[in-house]
Amino acid sequence: MRLELTLNGKRQVATDVPANTSLLNALRDHFGLPGAKNACEQGECGSCTVFLDGTPVCSCLVAAGQAQGARVGTVEGLADEDGLTLVQQAFVTAGAVQCGFCTPGFLMVVRDLQLRARGRTIINLDDDEVREALAGNLCRCTGYEKVIDAVRAALADPDVPRRSVGASG
Amino acid sequence: MEFITADSWTDALRIKTERPGAAPIAGGTDVMVELNFDLRRPEALLDLSRIRELKDWDVVGGSVQLGAGVSYTRVIEELADRLPALAMAARTVGSPQIRNRGTVAGNLGTASPAGDAHPVLLATGAVVEAESFERGVRKIPVEGFFTGVKRCALEPDELIRAVVIPTAAGPQQFSKVGTRNAMVIAVCSFAIALDLDARTVGTGIGSAGPTPLAARAAERFLAEELDWDALAVSEAAAHRFGRLVAQTAQPIDDVRGTASYRKHALEVLAVRALGWIRGCA
Repeated sequence: MRLELTLNGKRQVATDVPANTSLLNALRDHFGLPGAKNACEQGECGSCTVFLDGTPVCSCLVAAGQAQGARVGTVEGLADEDGLTLVQQAFVTAGAVQCGFCTPGFLMVVRDLQLRARGRTIINLDDDEVREALAGNLCRCTGYEKVIDAVRAALADPDVPRRSVGASG
Repeated sequence: MEFITADSWTDALRIKTERPGAAPIAGGTDVMVELNFDLRRPEALLDLSRIRELKDWDVVGGSVQLGAGVSYTRVIEELADRLPALAMAARTVGSPQIRNRGTVAGNLGTASPAGDAHPVLLATGAVVEAESFERGVRKIPVEGFFTGVKRCALEPDELIRAVVIPTAAGPQQFSKVGTRNAMVIAVCSFAIALDLDARTVGTGIGSAGPTPLAARAAERFLAEELDWDALAVSEAAAHRFGRLVAQTAQPIDDVRGTASYRKHALEVLAVRALGWIRGCA
């Protein structure tokens, strides 16, 4: 199957994508983007989260063909030549990254939370809202507290929305 | 395996008639798990996610006609006023990522006894609109839709077009027992919907039987016992209601809980639901 995507803003084509494979496998094996991680393959862990036409989804649960012609944003699209986004930097600073396997998924859902929080006083995002936004992402290292510290720090920074353009697809 | 994209509803129905073995896929949150784990090898996937006609909901004659492609996220954001119990159930589905893709119609197609929407659909008296290319639309009351564990009344050439759910005519509640607040398959779940005009009660039990179940004896009992103005019942009647709900359940012991725990928990959920409803008076 020929699969054409707008991947992190650029038109990309892969050939010979198996018809029964997921968007996740297509990204990793056919588009050379291993940022989205393959862990549970059943939507439990959120490590494979990408933006599909602007919406965060588990790419392991999207058939590759369902993404035909779509805009797909992956973790590789977050940082640019100026360096990490403030959310990414906040994860580093807070110690929210240990083994790092879950981190790409977390970064994508925090990006989504940030976009949805626009137009509100983002500092008012309470812990419940943050925890709900992260509920589909598992981390077995950090115990989540450092992740939530990072999200709180990043979203409280008024520069974040301006800096983090990119991977929302 | 072949991947077939349906561009329109008519297209989808025609393909499903020609290829009854093709597995319909919309949100993919159930179908892809089965493919990823090689539990199922359908001859083809029939992608319904591009069909515009399925992506809308409409209010028709006092009911919401929920298109088969409307996600749980949209049910929560757009229908919490008209379909409060369905929105409550939708909030307990998976995670934000799952709710962005998964649909009520997909829940029905999978027909798991643990499907979160099912108790609400039973309690509200929803109707499944199935359609085939050759025979047209067939309306299946949800109570007759579930025929066994992960089995439903759909014929091989039929697809779910919409689910018709009566707009709330009184207080509704949904609750679910699980080990976390997210990503939980129900240990058991319970929905209740009161119709203040007709003075009737609807219920639904999830994950405590081979299919989702309605607790008809409990419904009749509560309709008699309830003070319909204060929305209150005596404590004794509330507990009797809870026991009648629990007695309807046909749970088994499995990895998520024992049969006796499920019966106990359903009684608790049913009594609590009455307490929450009283708060609506």
